[in-house]
Amino acid sequence: MKNSHASFNKDHALHQLKHYLPTQAPLKDFIHHNTLHAFQDRFFHTGLAEAAQIFGYKVYLSLEEYQALHTSGKISDEVLEKILETQENDGPRISKDQLLSARSEDTLIPRIGRLRAVWKSQFRIDLDSLVHPTLFRIIGSYLDQGVAIWNFPHNDEGLISSMRELEKNSLTSFFRTNKVRSLLVSGEFTTESLLQMVVGDESLFEQYLMDQQCAHPGWSGIVSVIDDNPGALTDARKITLDEFIQLELLMEIDALDDHFGAIWAPLAARMTERPTPLFSDVIPSDTQRFQRLWQDAYEWTFYNNVLSGIKVSRVEAEKTSNSFQSIFCIDDRECSLRRYVEEEDPNCGTYGTAGFFGVEFYYQPEHGKFYTKVCPAPVTPKYLIRELESSISRKKDFHFGRHTHGLVLGWIITHTLGFWSIVKLFLLIFKPEQSQSSVSSFNHMDEFSTLTIENTNGEMSPEGLQIGYTLTEMTDRLENLLRSIGLIDHFAPLIYAVGHGSSSVNNTHYAGYDCGACSGRPGSVNARVICHIGNHPVVRNMLRERGINIPATTQFVGALHDTSRDEILFYDLDVLQEKNRVLHAENHSHFNHALTKNARERSRRFMSINTHKSAWKVHREVKQRTVSLFEPRPELNHATNTLCIVGRRSLTDNLFLDRRSFLNSYDSTTDPEGKYLLGILNAVAPVCGGINLEYYFSRTDNQQLGAGTKLPHNVMGLIGVANGTDGDLRTGLPSQMIEVHDPLRLLVIVEHDPVVVLKTMKINPATFEWFENEWVKICAIHPVTKELSLYKKGTFEPLIYLGETPPVAEDIDAIIGKEHENIPVYLLKTV
Amino acid sequence: MEWYINLFIVLPFVGFFLSLLIPRKQEVWLSRLSFTTVGIQLFSALFFSILWLMKGAHVINLKEFSIFKARDYDFYIDFYFDGITLTYLIIGALLTFIITVYSQYYLHREEGYKRFFNVILLFYLGYNIIIFSGNIETLFIGWEVLGLSSFLLIAFYRDRYLPVKNAVKVFSIYRIGDVGIIMAMWLSHHLWHENISFFKLNNYELVHEHLAEHSMLGFTIAFMFFISAAAKSAQFPFSSWLPRAMEGPTPSSAIFYGSLSVHIGAFLLMRTYPFWEQQTSFRVFVVFIGVITAVIATMSARVQSTVKSQIAYSSIAQIGLIFIEIAVGLQEVALVHVAGNAFLRTYQLLVSPSVVSYKIREQFYNFVPRTETIEDSWPKRVEYTFYMLSLKEWNLDSFMYRNMWNPLKKLGSRWAFLTFKNVYLFFALTFIAGLVLAVYPDLVPLRLRPFLPLLFGVIGLLMVIKAFTERKSARLSWSLIIMNHLCIALAISFNKHFDISHHVWYLSGVIVCGLLGYLCMQRLRGQGEWVSLDRFYGHVYEHPRIASVFLLACLGVSGFPITPTFIGEDLIFSHIEENQILLAFLIAMSLIINGLASIRIYARIFLGPHVKTYHETAKRSS
Repeated sequence: MKNSHASFNKDHALHQLKHYLPTQAPLKDFIHHNTLHAFQDRFFHTGLAEAAQIFGYKVYLSLEEYQALHTSGKISDEVLEKILETQENDGPRISKDQLLSARSEDTLIPRIGRLRAVWKSQFRIDLDSLVHPTLFRIIGSYLDQGVAIWNFPHNDEGLISSMRELEKNSLTSFFRTNKVRSLLVSGEFTTESLLQMVVGDESLFEQYLMDQQCAHPGWSGIVSVIDDNPGALTDARKITLDEFIQLELLMEIDALDDHFGAIWAPLAARMTERPTPLFSDVIPSDTQRFQRLWQDAYEWTFYNNVLSGIKVSRVEAEKTSNSFQSIFCIDDRECSLRRYVEEEDPNCGTYGTAGFFGVEFYYQPEHGKFYTKVCPAPVTPKYLIRELESSISRKKDFHFGRHTHGLVLGWIITHTLGFWSIVKLFLLIFKPEQSQSSVSSFNHMDEFSTLTIENTNGEMSPEGLQIGYTLTEMTDRLENLLRSIGLIDHFAPLIYAVGHGSSSVNNTHYAGYDCGACSGRPGSVNARVICHIGNHPVVRNMLRERGINIPATTQFVGALHDTSRDEILFYDLDVLQEKNRVLHAENHSHFNHALTKNARERSRRFMSINTHKSAWKVHREVKQRTVSLFEPRPELNHATNTLCIVGRRSLTDNLFLDRRSFLNSYDSTTDPEGKYLLGILNAVAPVCGGINLEYYFSRTDNQQLGAGTKLPHNVMGLIGVANGTDGDLRTGLPSQMIEVHDPLRLLVIVEHDPVVVLKTMKINPATFEWFENEWVKICAIHPVTKELSLYKKGTFEPLIYLGETPPVAEDIDAIIGKEHENIPVYLLKTV
Repeated sequence: MEWYINLFIVLPFVGFFLSLLIPRKQEVWLSRLSFTTVGIQLFSALFFSILWLMKGAHVINLKEFSIFKARDYDFYIDFYFDGITLTYLIIGALLTFIITVYSQYYLHREEGYKRFFNVILLFYLGYNIIIFSGNIETLFIGWEVLGLSSFLLIAFYRDRYLPVKNAVKVFSIYRIGDVGIIMAMWLSHHLWHENISFFKLNNYELVHEHLAEHSMLGFTIAFMFFISAAAKSAQFPFSSWLPRAMEGPTPSSAIFYGSLSVHIGAFLLMRTYPFWEQQTSFRVFVVFIGVITAVIATMSARVQSTVKSQIAYSSIAQIGLIFIEIAVGLQEVALVHVAGNAFLRTYQLLVSPSVVSYKIREQFYNFVPRTETIEDSWPKRVEYTFYMLSLKEWNLDSFMYRNMWNPLKKLGSRWAFLTFKNVYLFFALTFIAGLVLAVYPDLVPLRLRPFLPLLFGVIGLLMVIKAFTERKSARLSWSLIIMNHLCIALAISFNKHFDISHHVWYLSGVIVCGLLGYLCMQRLRGQGEWVSLDRFYGHVYEHPRIASVFLLACLGVSGFPITPTFIGEDLIFSHIEENQILLAFLIAMSLIINGLASIRIYARIFLGPHVKTYHETAKRSS
């Protein structure tokens, strides 16, 4: 562990600071990531102990919660005892009695903030309350993307320069004293010189900055994100974290000047003892050691349940699907839909893959002024696909317009349109329907528009992006997709590529509801693009040369599944051959039935809907939720996600997994070397692992790592939310998204020889880190022997203990109808 | 038909009362009860209004009953119904109904589901008492209820720092408004020599005759009404509280601060209009403040980078215009304006989360970097100055601190020698000396006698200032609050016509609630909890029951209409002579700070981030 440096190095300090600040992008680009990514280079439990003691985060459930789970049987007693037997000793052995009787420690004081607390304890001055309100106001206005009508008069040289310009040309000031104002205007200061004035002891600078910035991680975090990626803002602002720190230091000096007069001693002068350095070694407390064991027991209770189900899966080869094949997103929300589609048509085959379908590009809708990335966040595409001939019209709503905030226009509007507001409100509340406030996934792209998919003349965009793909590039992508999911022969007449998106209203986190593999956008464009490629005769010819022979009678159809409304829209049906048109009509009705059943299954979690009503009524109510202003939970998103299964459908098609699993199709028999597995793992770890851990930490500490309840949220400059009007930005997920989530780490189950899995996962160090440090658990199931082995400390070890084979659900619908909580794994029919 | 007016008060009251009895977890019962209450109220309001209009729209004045009667003093409940009441009744019933329906889903699974509906119904009760009130006394009851429910809703997320801090801040502004009404009541008493009803104010000749003799008094009374109205409606110089009040769940902010609560100041102006209609100077004054508010608030709205504060300032600006409309006599226009503004802002606040998707979508298709605004055409120095002033909310927030609370703190810190141990001795000596002088007035030279009430008024005020600024001992602060009341009683005792039974009215509530509050603190200490004022302790997390009882005690000692002290306070004022304006001022100040000090103790001990961190606690800045 690093100790704080005796001499101050600003770059090092800033780098460290950025590492620990939240890295959440502005709302429009909300993408799930591991909230505690800063600790990911440590072993999971070690990192958690550090996060808890240094930053005061709650990283596990409380002992009392675990004990309650144990009492109610959700932590199996048997598993707990096994865990206790095999506990690794980094202290005295822990007994079961200790676990059952331990109580939470009353008061834990984290290391962060202790240095800066000296202002209050020794100097009796509350700097936060003197500085924060003005600081937040300034930074909020500076970064504002379109709430204010009269913008911060910023220039192109940055925050400090804009502030200087403002202070120089104004008869009033943000500062209380003239001294600091002149200092700012003169520009004769550096971060170091300001720290010298405030702190006075160079060896404490770094810790002071951590304390100072972590007192408002939301604002500092967004500044740091924009500093690293200026493109995160639509309306560009130049800013660095260093400038933001300088501004805060200036304001602190100002507050101190105002309070103590011109002469005062720096912080170090009155310190009686030095606070513990932030990053000195952390020794896990007893409570933490208990929580570790509890957490392991909690996880293994569930893992055992799943693994014992996987273990009894079919051994025989994949069934041949002859009616249609449908490729869905890996997303856990598609888990149940696939089950229902198969139930509706037992002859079909379903597949799962990352929902951008292997086609990475920027998308520009017609009349759009910007490009939208529609592929996983870490990928930087070189392609642009434009939408042409869109006929989507966007209606205006005067309620959001600036005129209502004017004096005279406001007077006219309140006297006239104001009365329309109450009528509209009544209508929207008693008969909810789509309005200008709502977000609809189907509006991402006009269904009848054309897309510039094929590049024949090397056309480039002004930014140097290639418009569309060449034929070879198309073939590469299609081949890659088909091989990675193991669909290389036995093609059915129709192959669907079903992207997904979500509709909601009054939802600031709407981007987090769409497809994670498309950077928080609906996957409709990608679905259409891959299908266009699949239907291209030249691509088919080239593909045939590469050994994949798609018959001329097979056609691809793109579609979009709206996960909150459970609706589906198919694209480009006019290209279908007559025979396929008939087949499609039949499949369409299968999809519709499956969606209604899916809506019913989801409704068991919604208290306002009676699951026992007729299925179509339930479906109607589910749809209504997505346009109801007063509904904070249009859907429950990824809540309860815990699994990621990479393998053939035969592993899971007889299991009821309760929408808890990401499902990625993969056939090891067609990929003995693990060539395609690498691509899958590279996506699974950051995307699924990121989603899982963001849910995990937002659940265990919704106040500090999550955004708290969304009900009082106030939109700040279109980039974030805060409670009320003068608070810090809230990062992470709101409580409404995580309340039903069980904080369990993701278990990835790969169907392949463990030797190959091990070799493959080590190739990419960034991917390997997730597994190596156990932030994501990984387990291999041998495709032939069904032998299970778990990755631990460098090797796959055979799994020794397993639970009983799950029961067979006689009537799964009945179970769904009466259970509101998580449902354990069931076999769908006797094996 | 007139009898039905009672229904509009009884119904919310019954609804509120029943809602207290429903167990916390019973979301369905709570929402059904609230829905039924406000639903019936809405339908009867519509029905009643139509009937009233059909029968010729005659003003109704309904004298209910006297609570306290003495010589020329009569504290009675009086209801009143006219076009203004009708407008407010319909707006209130419509919006509360919508918000109730909205919230029953929106608040699902929220920790304070029950508390929310309790407070909404309490608020609705207070609102209806105000709009139906037929005299200032009745109005004041509703006024207090509204203030309390506002405090509770702003501090709805009571385990976080900012909501609690802002709730106390808003409460302090409301308290200034309260005292405006108390002073107005006292002065009116001297003007009319009776507790006058709003109905009588419609008598032009009567008002004219009284004002002709006492034009200064008339202006002062109107001014006091104005202070109350401006505080409640966030007019200059009180504007900065409104954006800070947006801490509760969005629908509650919509109904309270977007629509109903914030328009109550305008209601008070309209209701008292017949009284100040003939005072041109006052009308000019109201227009003046209205213009200042409208301009300042519009500029502030233009620079706000948060959606809710932008709506808040736009609403304030429109209310500034409403004040102007009232002052120039355009009451009908003002009423339409109130309705339109209330509806518009409620809607805007309810859909405020949608602003992200709407504006980002709009920007995506129509982005123009750096739009020119009107301000860009101004000289740079003017533009920047106004921009900064607007962003700093014209220093209105710090204005209150610098000129009101900081001097108090300085004054309070002079009394550092008082501790919980010696304060009783100090007080006993002072009080006994005072009693002796009251019983044997001859001990004091005649010339000095008029100063005795002032002396004890000052001592009382200083005590409560010390109570308000005490940083450590909650028990010391609490004791000083009670002693302040005793000093006020003593000060009044030097006056003629002093009647011991009035003191019993005044002090009964104070003493009982004082003891109750003290016991609560002892109980908390007995359970091993640390009780002090040096930070927020958040004990409500573990001790919700003690917290509720203590809140009642706080309300009791600060003269909330649940104990006889409420009437006692008014009675005490009736004993202050017309020429003792300084004494009245001292006592009024005492009452402002008294209420603040007690709610501060409640907030510090029971609200805010919990001192124990074994469960999730939010960062102070969030």
